[in-house]
Amino acid sequence: MSLIRTDGLTKRFGPVTAVEELTVEVAAGVTGLVGANGAGKSTLLKILLGLLPATEGSASVLDLDVAREGPAIRERVGYMPEHDCLPPDVSATEFVVHMARMSGLPATSARERAADILRHVGLYEERYRPMGGYSTGMRQRVKLAQALVHDPGLALLDEPTNGLDPAGRDDMLELIRRIGTEFGISVVVTSHLLGELERVCDGIVVIDGGRLLQHTTTASVTAETALLRIEVDGDPAVLTTRLTETGIVVRRDGALLHVDVADDTTYDVVRDVVADLGLGLVRMERERHRMTEIFTDEAKGAHV
Amino acid sequence: MSEATPTGAIHDIGYRHYDGPRLGASYIRRSLFLETLRGAFGLGRSGRSKIMPFLLLSLMVLPAVVVGIVTGYFGFDELPMGYTEYVVNMQVAVTVFLGAQAPAVMSRDLRFRVAPLYFSRPLSRQQYVQAKYGGMAAALLILTGLPLTLLLAGALLAELPLGDQLPDYLRSMGGAVLYALVLAGVGLVVAAMTPRRGVGVAAVVGVLLVLSGLQGAVRAMAGEFGNDTFSGYTGLLSPYTLVDGVVAGVLGADSSVGDGPPGALGVVVFAVVVILLVVGSYAALVARYRKALS
Repeated sequence: MSLIRTDGLTKRFGPVTAVEELTVEVAAGVTGLVGANGAGKSTLLKILLGLLPATEGSASVLDLDVAREGPAIRERVGYMPEHDCLPPDVSATEFVVHMARMSGLPATSARERAADILRHVGLYEERYRPMGGYSTGMRQRVKLAQALVHDPGLALLDEPTNGLDPAGRDDMLELIRRIGTEFGISVVVTSHLLGELERVCDGIVVIDGGRLLQHTTTASVTAETALLRIEVDGDPAVLTTRLTETGIVVRRDGALLHVDVADDTTYDVVRDVVADLGLGLVRMERERHRMTEIFTDEAKGAHV
Repeated sequence: MSEATPTGAIHDIGYRHYDGPRLGASYIRRSLFLETLRGAFGLGRSGRSKIMPFLLLSLMVLPAVVVGIVTGYFGFDELPMGYTEYVVNMQVAVTVFLGAQAPAVMSRDLRFRVAPLYFSRPLSRQQYVQAKYGGMAAALLILTGLPLTLLLAGALLAELPLGDQLPDYLRSMGGAVLYALVLAGVGLVVAAMTPRRGVGVAAVVGVLLVLSGLQGAVRAMAGEFGNDTFSGYTGLLSPYTLVDGVVAGVLGADSSVGDGPPGALGVVVFAVVVILLVVGSYAALVARYRKALS
């Protein structure tokens, strides 16, 4: 079963094309949907919820057709909008209970699930207070809770880290990772920040101007390279000279040395040389590709 | 000695999946309807928001109780205030109730952008509007129907014959349903157009009071010129005289204001306007929420 499948999906608003010829298949797990502001991410989410009709093409979510089975999809999908959507005069508990009932849960189950999910997202005593006095971090947690309270098969999270400070971002990303692993709920999370998505996502879909730019799994994107990154406590210049003498290709980048890995013996050679020179080995690790390279590569390709 | 077992410890039992029933859209619509109805009387909301609706409900009920007691005490052979004129006489309380509650029912979801959360759930826009409209109308029906019923109870306690009372009571209850539908429609549309806090209350009360005043003024002028037909049609200007006209013309009650709609054609016009108002309000609300989505 595929989580999301789109085929030639196009959405036009008058002369503006928000999504163009998008064909993509997303598997279960945590998937990042990346694109600049206005790339068509939110439009795509609304089409997937069956709220906006597509101009052309088709799409299915949890094997349900978005054009014909909208209500069935919305029963099984949770949606966290980008914007603020919390009335200030009710408490988080009342609000989430209400939203659970609006997803079709009977009153008793709605109360149980609301209490459970608020605890899981990390809201404790404050959940009995009116939401008007909440911090941005708490508000984002409530928004997340209402999207998960009916135990959806898929959660669509639109920019969940928006407006959060670095610590809040880390908490939110950790929570998203747990939703995908511990809770077993597939997640599609949008962001315009690639760096934060590569930490939690199994796969990344990059769209730009409504078109599919790239669809990869995080593992393949951030695969190991044939480079070893070395940092020593001492003068790297001496080490560079000695390593070059042994026939290893070394590039120096400030205090860091990048060493080409020929085979496993390279590790031993580096270790021995460092020990001979009496230097402290601070770091020796295989370098990984970074997600941002997708964009730089694409940009290069576009300009050739 | 065995280790002390901690009592009342919270165990993190991890995430639990939900495999209970998922009740469909009609259950959700019913829940939203009941929640709207309760919310209109401040139930399930803060203590402060209960004051206004219950104050107005007491205000609506009080005259009915007084009339009942007075009738019994002095042994009148008919009620000093008729059933069908009750709502028209008490219209200020009804208007203020609608003005205070329609924004809470309608514009809250728009102002705080809660609406997208509803629409990302199984409920359709039409069903959402049906629940909200129905909830508001039911609240108004309670507000007007309760005093009318107490009036009947008072009359029966004063030992007035049921046969004399029942026809007019039923007419007035039919009227109460129409008042509820028309006023809820007008109130919610005005509230949906003015999502800003405070503005909605003023707008709803303002529109209804101005229409009522305008109707009175135009009717007085028409009376000066002695044009009875025109005078009758002025009832179309205010929702209260409009519904009163239908209750008089279609259900056969005495008109509370002036002579009611002029002739058979007048009655048809009044009835059609009521239907158009209700259907139009519903359509306008659905259209409003289509826009609210994006």
